[in-house]
Amino acid sequence: MSPSPVYLDAATAAPLHPVARQALLAALDDGWADPGKLYTQARRARQLLDAAREATAATLGVRTDELSFTPSGTTAAHSAVLGGLAGRRRAGAVLVHSAIEHSAVLHAAERHLTGGGTATPVPVDRLGRLDLTAWAAAVRAPGVALAALIAASHEVGTVQPVAAAAELCAGAGVPLYVDAAQVVGRTAVPQGWSVLTASAHKWGGPPGVGLLVVRKGARWESPWPADERESGRTPGVLNLPAVVAAAASLRAAAADAAAEAARLTPLVDRIRARVAAEVPDVEVVGDPVDRLPHLVTFSCLYVDGEVLLHALDRRGFAVSSGSSCTSSTLRPSHVLEAMGVLSHGNVRVSLHRETTEADVERFLAELPGIVADLRAEAGVVGL
Amino acid sequence: MTEPVEVLDCRGQRCPLPVIALARRLPDLPVGAVLRVLADDPAAAVDIPAWCRMRDQDFLAAHPDAYDVRRAT
Repeated sequence: MSPSPVYLDAATAAPLHPVARQALLAALDDGWADPGKLYTQARRARQLLDAAREATAATLGVRTDELSFTPSGTTAAHSAVLGGLAGRRRAGAVLVHSAIEHSAVLHAAERHLTGGGTATPVPVDRLGRLDLTAWAAAVRAPGVALAALIAASHEVGTVQPVAAAAELCAGAGVPLYVDAAQVVGRTAVPQGWSVLTASAHKWGGPPGVGLLVVRKGARWESPWPADERESGRTPGVLNLPAVVAAAASLRAAAADAAAEAARLTPLVDRIRARVAAEVPDVEVVGDPVDRLPHLVTFSCLYVDGEVLLHALDRRGFAVSSGSSCTSSTLRPSHVLEAMGVLSHGNVRVSLHRETTEADVERFLAELPGIVADLRAEAGVVGL
Repeated sequence: MTEPVEVLDCRGQRCPLPVIALARRLPDLPVGAVLRVLADDPAAAVDIPAWCRMRDQDFLAAHPDAYDVRRAT
């Protein structure tokens, strides 16, 4: 008999929230028409879209005309970076970003470089926390058009000093883009940004819905071909049923966020402590205190990350890894690299509203034996 | 002393193999001796210094596809 599945990869995609499922099914019947047209069915779709935007804007504490829905979190991140740079091209062509941004942000930065722009990556410390001194120098340099900072690391959970970074940006007259994918619907959204993005499947919404928020007065220009939808910020007709489901589940997730954080934080503490104590030669990484409530990452010395993921999968555990052997490029995670921590044998565990204490206990009970078996097979015991 | 007494060729090996080879060989060398590990897996640039930190050994230098480690303990 195969073991019961334990899904521990919410930072990639959280299981669909029941509220999202309900809203999605209802909106499939009611929200298929193009909300831009002038007939009854379209007006119904427009009502659904307006309600979704109002609910989402209220949850985020922003104006409805500042919020656009995008076809994914990745599209939102690309729009934030490229649009923020385009809107400030007269100020210069330098993008300042932390070394631990999501790959969507870094890929947009690569596009900027290809187009003749420049980028200044800002380092982090061993815990994955932004170097504010280097950040201050970078944003004060001439020609900076935009600065990008992830609210909290999606790979190691370390919460970034967004308020301090935002203050430095404001002092230098540089707009700040914050990738809030891991915090929206889970913890307080930071202040002080000009552009913010998020992704619905991180909070239990359906895949294929991103949020792009551009503050009123922020200089941002769409990097895409012209399209009048979503205030001209993102082209193409929206997947309205998914948007409705995303909005409904965000409201539900945000309402439960404090209670969920209080429940998951000690479970992550337990994983951090027990893994460090019961698995020999392991490095638990990221800030132990100033961190996301639901995410923990560790690396097991001498263990192949891909082999470890498969071994865990055979026991029913779904986790993620930043090890090079698990990436299509065969490069280690740029986040682990920037932190200077062990990159092989890496496991990221991220919890969600369906994760139980029993799930965590079973993981903790089985992990030491799985790692020990792999080390024995590889002949690396006692090294 | 910073000149390597021995070179360990781990080119073509994927992590964690270069780190395992280093962990096997370094204890055989006298304290103070320097071992050069040749490795072209990009993860070695992260994992060899991290191993030195975890095992209290001295990471001396990174060259292109080569890393110098001194046995400290």
